[in-house]
Amino acid sequence: MTHTVLVTGVSRHIGARVASVLAADPGISRVIGVDTVPPPSLTREGGISLGRTEFVRVDLRSPDIAQVIAAADIDIVVHMSLVSAPSRSAGRASMKEHNVIGTMQLLGACQRSATVRRVVVRSTTAIYGSSPMDPAVFTEDVEPHDSPSHGYAKDAAEVEGYVRGFARRRPDLTVSMLRFANFMGPGVDSPLTRYFSQPVLPTVFGFDPRLQYVHEDDAVEVLRRMALEDHPGTYNVAGDGVLLLSQCARRAGALALPLFSPAFRLLGEAARSAGLVDFSPEQLRLLCHGRAVDCSKLFAELGWKPKFTTAAAFDDFLRSRKGVRT
Amino acid sequence: MSASPEERRVIPITEAPSYSAPEDSLATLLAFLRRRIAGEYEVDEFGYDAELTDKVLLELIRPLYRHWFRVETLALGNIPSDSGALIVANHSGTLPVDALMMQVAVHDEAGRALRLLGADLVYKLPVLGHLSRKTGHTLACRDDADRLLRKGELVGVFPEGFKGVGKPFSERYRLQRFGRGGFVASAIRAGVPIVPTAIVGAEEIYPKIGDLRHLARVLGLPYLPITPFFPWLGPLGLVPLPSKWMIEFGEPIRTDSYDASAADDPMLVFELTDHVRESVQQLLTSLRLRRGHAFF
Repeated sequence: MTHTVLVTGVSRHIGARVASVLAADPGISRVIGVDTVPPPSLTREGGISLGRTEFVRVDLRSPDIAQVIAAADIDIVVHMSLVSAPSRSAGRASMKEHNVIGTMQLLGACQRSATVRRVVVRSTTAIYGSSPMDPAVFTEDVEPHDSPSHGYAKDAAEVEGYVRGFARRRPDLTVSMLRFANFMGPGVDSPLTRYFSQPVLPTVFGFDPRLQYVHEDDAVEVLRRMALEDHPGTYNVAGDGVLLLSQCARRAGALALPLFSPAFRLLGEAARSAGLVDFSPEQLRLLCHGRAVDCSKLFAELGWKPKFTTAAAFDDFLRSRKGVRT
Repeated sequence: MSASPEERRVIPITEAPSYSAPEDSLATLLAFLRRRIAGEYEVDEFGYDAELTDKVLLELIRPLYRHWFRVETLALGNIPSDSGALIVANHSGTLPVDALMMQVAVHDEAGRALRLLGADLVYKLPVLGHLSRKTGHTLACRDDADRLLRKGELVGVFPEGFKGVGKPFSERYRLQRFGRGGFVASAIRAGVPIVPTAIVGAEEIYPKIGDLRHLARVLGLPYLPITPFFPWLGPLGLVPLPSKWMIEFGEPIRTDSYDASAADDPMLVFELTDHVRESVQQLLTSLRLRRGHAFF
């Protein structure tokens, strides 16, 4: 049986890589990539060959997506279009709309569709929050002490709520939800990678959080498998092991500058308004209390382990940084 | 330092005998520093930094263990050498110095890392919370306890909690109520033995004869002690009295005869909790007699 796959969020790095991997698969007849903005060109830095992916520019917040799904007889949907940080031009309100309303529109269209068989949604481990009152390692069924109250984590929690509702209404479909740890790798551009690219790292005095990364190659591989095989359920996805923030700073050869938490918060706000590094309050909390997740459910389900441990993913990111600098 | 001419001769690295301790320890130290500076060391998923704990943090409290409190350990054979177990001990001393001493005892004399389950207060505080993670400890909650025991770690709990560590001097060596027995349920779920343990000596280090209750409430602390020396002597009052310590590990109480579902039977959990509590109290009473005088 041939497949037609819809990938949302192809103008961003991981989305584009997933689309190109799926496009290279002979078992898939068509890959349709959608996003609100066109993907960056190949000649400019950061562009990725999308292969035979057909790009359709769709605003996810509009019902246009339903027409795309109906017109192309889509049977697999990979929803990657979650924005983790507000862009400087659009701001938080538009980010929330993009994440939450966009997902509602997409799921609404899938619910109506007679062809869709499998839906894969990207989520984040940020929904567990960061708190000293939580277990050290989160499994998928742990209820966090503080449910996320703002930002990306709140969007992701709402998105997950809609996905669960959707899975209940269409029990005939395979719905997979993937909670990714922070992406790390040569092509990843996130608040965290920008943070680690600085020569001096402000940290919070008295805190040394545990951080966990998933390498972009492994993330793409997990998404590919989820798109091609039936693995219903919610899964944590992260590289093995943890790194402490102090370890990351030392590996990066950066100077850690411990600040008392009010000063750190002020600096974070200042950097944010100056547009230097985008630091949301939830990221500040992550840099205080950290977070680690348990991925044994995913490993058991796929019979596979990420190639990169958390430490290896971070080292790979650092190697690529050094290449850029010299 | 007197060095014979033989030793002063420069020896090429390749020919240097492997038992030349000074060079070796210097090389080890340099390798250690290099690893630390490059960040190339391992911490487990709980944040336990075994190397830092052994080489730096425990090293700082070993003099206290050996020379100040002269800690003596008994029946170390009751600690399983390589499988999971739950150590349940009495808690006392106003400041949790007994946790540190038990960690040195288990680490150095039984060769095992002790993973304590700590109060949430510890993890809310900067520095202390993260030092506690680095030395292998974690928050006392069901998920973490189960996870550590499943991994075959040696987990330690002080079920009396603040009631024990903050009790007045007049109640020394009298066990307080044991929490809700969550630790027993965790041991049953993991099927690991419970090792009742008595620590004698901690009661005398800061004899608590009063409590600044109102100030403690303002500061968000469970208690603020008055001892014969604190707060009268200021920081000097924080020097613990050099009591003689003994730690005895009791006969393990097996839980593998129970079904994992027994952990959900409150009556059984309560009974087993009582049994563990009695065992600790008996050990404690006999060990205190055995020690004799508190300071010599």
